[in-house]
Amino acid sequence: MLSRRNPQLNRHGELIHLLSIEGLPKAVLTQILDTAGTFLSVNDRDVKKVPLLRGKSVFNLFFENSTRTRTTFEIAAKRLSADVINLDIARSSTAKGESLLDTIANLSAMHADMFVVRHSESGAPYLIAEHCAPHVHVINAGDGRHAHPTQALLDMYTIRHFKGDFTPLTVAIVGDIVHSRVARSDIHALTTLGVPEIRAVGPKTLVPGDLREMGVRVCHDMAEGIRGADVIIMLRLQNERMSGAMLPSAGEFFKHFGLTADKLALAKPDAIVMHPGPINRGVEIDSSVADGTHSVILPQVTFGIAVRMAVMSTIAGNEA
Amino acid sequence: MKLVIRGGRLIDPVSGLDRIGDLAIAGGRVVALGEVNRDFTPERTIDAAGLVVAPGLVDLAARLREPGYEHEGMLESELAAAAAGGVTSLVCLPDTDPPLDEPGLVEMLKFRARTLSRCRLFPLGALTRGLAGETLTEMAELTEAGCVGFSQADTPIVNTLTLQRALQYAATFGYAVWLRPQDAWLGGGVAASGAVATRLGLSGVPAAAETIALHTIFELVRATGARVHLCRLSSAAGVELLRRAKAEGLPVTADVSINSLHLTDLDIGFFNAAMRVTPPLRQQRDRDALRAALADGTIDALVSDHTPVSSDEKTLPFGEAAPGATGLELLLGLALAWGESLKLTLAQTLSRITSEPVRVLGPAIGSLGNSAGRLVEGGVADVCLFDPAARWAVSADALVSQGKHTPFAFEVSGFELAGRVHTTLVAGGVAFERSNG
Repeated sequence: MLSRRNPQLNRHGELIHLLSIEGLPKAVLTQILDTAGTFLSVNDRDVKKVPLLRGKSVFNLFFENSTRTRTTFEIAAKRLSADVINLDIARSSTAKGESLLDTIANLSAMHADMFVVRHSESGAPYLIAEHCAPHVHVINAGDGRHAHPTQALLDMYTIRHFKGDFTPLTVAIVGDIVHSRVARSDIHALTTLGVPEIRAVGPKTLVPGDLREMGVRVCHDMAEGIRGADVIIMLRLQNERMSGAMLPSAGEFFKHFGLTADKLALAKPDAIVMHPGPINRGVEIDSSVADGTHSVILPQVTFGIAVRMAVMSTIAGNEA
Repeated sequence: MKLVIRGGRLIDPVSGLDRIGDLAIAGGRVVALGEVNRDFTPERTIDAAGLVVAPGLVDLAARLREPGYEHEGMLESELAAAAAGGVTSLVCLPDTDPPLDEPGLVEMLKFRARTLSRCRLFPLGALTRGLAGETLTEMAELTEAGCVGFSQADTPIVNTLTLQRALQYAATFGYAVWLRPQDAWLGGGVAASGAVATRLGLSGVPAAAETIALHTIFELVRATGARVHLCRLSSAAGVELLRRAKAEGLPVTADVSINSLHLTDLDIGFFNAAMRVTPPLRQQRDRDALRAALADGTIDALVSDHTPVSSDEKTLPFGEAAPGATGLELLLGLALAWGESLKLTLAQTLSRITSEPVRVLGPAIGSLGNSAGRLVEGGVADVCLFDPAARWAVSADALVSQGKHTPFAFEVSGFELAGRVHTTLVAGGVAFERSNG
């Protein structure tokens, strides 16, 4: 079989779409994090705008609902002076039977410059990137279980902000890893940036042994998983997994894998606690921890806007 | 029509015949093989210098999409594709709409195929009504209408008691039951469980979906004595179970698809929906085990698993794309590629797509079974002439089938297939001739 070029890079190795963290060189990730740093100051100014995307149209295509992620992309695009069009496709065209590619063709005809895509099927943004006009850039805002690269980048920004260097760190990711695009993207990003120990922590239904193939240490015991950790990333447990064949109840999950102050004491004294949001208090994380001194959940949100500005401005500047 | 094929390399996979010679056909039968009497006066002579003269290929799994899915393929186009691929007999699956659970549907299909006279058609009847896995079909009636066995296609029978009864009933009359071993619950994913599916976030089908079903089937075969053909094995563990079942003497045979024989999950690359096939592509050690098992006879036959899928159904995100790939025109080339890499003789390689599938069909095809898949004097003149050295790039334009999607398209695979069909004869009549070929 032909080895195909990574579709998110042009022939000069520059980022033209952001579809996945996997396969991106460390230099690309570092450049985005550095660029995000310069945008953080923009967010602190009175006039929170830079003209980098003036005259460009950014379409938020959310085939799956997510008010929060869509809002952060919208803010990021507006701070770059782009025109933003939000399309809640989950409720419009596909419900009328229009195919994904017909939708894309129609929107391309409206002179879109960038698509921010969320879709329930793994890989959908790849299909869109393959079929859209060459000047259009695609950002994956979460596809199925596959990837959520901007979330991973903002997580990396947060870790770098609080810890400085990736190379001595132990990072524990706790919860529903098998269904999590955030976990997959975080694992790729942490690996690329040189984190020596990444642990995937949870019961065997949510953290199957296959995950070892991604280069993580699989732990089915919470104490083992977070002992000595510098960073703890708690994942959101989706409602539909809380009772059934994956888990008997949210309560039993919290008892064994929920992050409480007692369990947090096993981590390094200066450990940080992260969560992609929205949090389920009392399911994966105790309120005292979510609101406590180790928590960096709110700074994550702030950094998220700068990181998305960095991604948008980076890819908009590169030609296919 | 009286016809002579001169100077070709004649192959009979059963006797091991492999020599340059002539072949004479009259009245739909082979009347001379090797030397042709001088007083034989043909109406037509085909110069076969440089060509292989082989039995017509026998494909144990092709979907013709009729009735019900005519937008994805039609009897006419797909039987033309079969002829273009050198296939002279094929077994079609019952997963049409409606499924082949009524004798009238089967008779109509057989009749239409006969009228087109491109390829012999052997339908599998539905094992249960509507393939719903609940009520048995009228197997005796369906057999009279022309069914050569009974199958659920890709829809497993969930209820083990129903499966047991289906096997008991079929065994009463000696009908063969064709089952794809896949557990209904574990088989729900879209890619094989493993590193690739984990990395891409695709739902997985573990090898246990196959082995659990095989254990169940073998137990029921022991209990009922039913004759079972296992369709589309996909895993090394499944091959091992089959090997043991055959050693034990269970009346089972098996096939593998061209896709599983040549590809692995790594070929999915960046969510390439052309690689979405059923069963899902597994890992390299599975592929290696399948290749070895087909060579040593543990797996009896190689099949195209031809499934035309329209572009609308295929240009979708990987998990939503319809599974399946076109295959009838690739069966020969992919068999040759496999045989060459395992250093088999041409006769050994061809047996997996000619005489061995006929052995699998057994008495279900009547007296045809004595000579189909072979080249013998007095036998039926189903012949495939092909140029083993001709290379071609698989592309939408090069395919006769309405199904244009295949993992082996040149733009995906980057390699050409060797072995191109020159002429296909069915019962001595020309079913296909390549122009400028």
